[in-house]
Amino acid sequence: MDNSLFFSLKLSVQVAAIATLFVIIIGLSAAYILARKNFPGKELLDILLTLPLVLPPTVTGYYLIVLFGRNGLLGRHLYDWTGWSIMFTWYAAVLASFVVALPLMVKIARAAIESVDENLIRASYTIGHSEYWTALKVILPLARKGIIAGTILSFARAMGEFGATLMVAGNIPGRTNTMPLAIYSAAASGDRTQATIMVIVFTLICGLFLYAANKLSRRIL
Amino acid sequence: MGLRVKIKKVVNGFSLDAEWEIGNELAVLFGRSGAGKTLTLQMIAGLLSPDQGFIHLDERSFFDSSSGRNLPPQERSCGYVFQDLALFPHMTIRENILYGAHGLSKIEREQQAGNMIEKFRIAGLEKKYPSEISGGQKQRVALARALIRKPDVLLLDEPFSALDNPLRAEMQYFLKQIRWEFPIPIVFVTHDVLEAYAMADKIIIYANGSVAQAGTPKEVFTNPASKEVEQLVNTRDRLIQSVESLPCMSKF
Repeated sequence: MDNSLFFSLKLSVQVAAIATLFVIIIGLSAAYILARKNFPGKELLDILLTLPLVLPPTVTGYYLIVLFGRNGLLGRHLYDWTGWSIMFTWYAAVLASFVVALPLMVKIARAAIESVDENLIRASYTIGHSEYWTALKVILPLARKGIIAGTILSFARAMGEFGATLMVAGNIPGRTNTMPLAIYSAAASGDRTQATIMVIVFTLICGLFLYAANKLSRRIL
Repeated sequence: MGLRVKIKKVVNGFSLDAEWEIGNELAVLFGRSGAGKTLTLQMIAGLLSPDQGFIHLDERSFFDSSSGRNLPPQERSCGYVFQDLALFPHMTIRENILYGAHGLSKIEREQQAGNMIEKFRIAGLEKKYPSEISGGQKQRVALARALIRKPDVLLLDEPFSALDNPLRAEMQYFLKQIRWEFPIPIVFVTHDVLEAYAMADKIIIYANGSVAQAGTPKEVFTNPASKEVEQLVNTRDRLIQSVESLPCMSKF
């Protein structure tokens, strides 16, 4: 019993951490592009990236199946090529968490980047610094509050992810059952003791995470 | 030789059509707010593209609509002091100045930063942040940051407008002193007639988006080319106007 709890907890943290890493890299790039560039279809891209925030996770999960399933639009080619499908692996849990957490980073970081004083960016350009260097040394440091907030919220959302994960990763004990899924299984099968222990442990871990995040961000800001 | 500008630009219904030429001298762009002065600076620096025309510095071309040439701001080597100074709030004064030393080697940067800190009387402030120093000190830091890499042209957008009068006079004097060490074209934007007269080797008068007159301060002030210019440079009338507009005068 303790082993399975430990596995689920470890898997939850692992999935959320890796998903957050991708959220930082891709979400921040997307936020920068949406904030600073003009191109046709820009607002459409914003809507596409934000939709998972509004849609029920089951709908997002369904889209992921349509895209990445063994017969999916993208998954089919991957399967033909490698004989491997992401479905029902813990990678799928990472994918699901990533997609539902991404909008939080994109929204918050975009607003933070847009609020950086345009003259500071212009000053950097006239000094001779490239756009990349300016982003690194001026824009991102000045938008750091939003970026940190986006990171914390993304991680929190990824930790709590349930619906889309269930759709694409399943609920396979010892393989893809993250804490929320394991708690659902325990409660559904009437194992109140196990469910209660898991709920308490998960609540404590999440509380601890928020405490650490607050403390860390106060030190950085 | 020098800086030659011939630009046309329409933005938000405002139309700018200006042409002028200066050497290695301090030229004041003078005119009312909204006459297109800042717009001109932005186009020289490459922050905005003219619709038509050219911008040449010596034998280099920054912009030329006939050949389609349009250098990005990074390749123009313009020192730009913004009206709000645009000091980086997250960097110390020293870091701000060093950030301006783009393209110099590490040793050169350190050496130049030391020089600038001394020359611009910033010593003792290096570790402070922009929010912790006074208005006059910020001006000197902004100038030092713009000049550390020895730009080919210096653009000043109402740099002293936020200062009160004694400090303003001090900064004008300071700029006059240091400018001889930088033999480059300097474009100084102001809407203050006394400042224009005090600073300029050459005054270029902007009115309604075009150049109304250009010449030495003496020429322009003694022989205004039009009624419009006369109104702009008539210091006695302007002085009375500005005194009458003071809040304390409305009581009488």
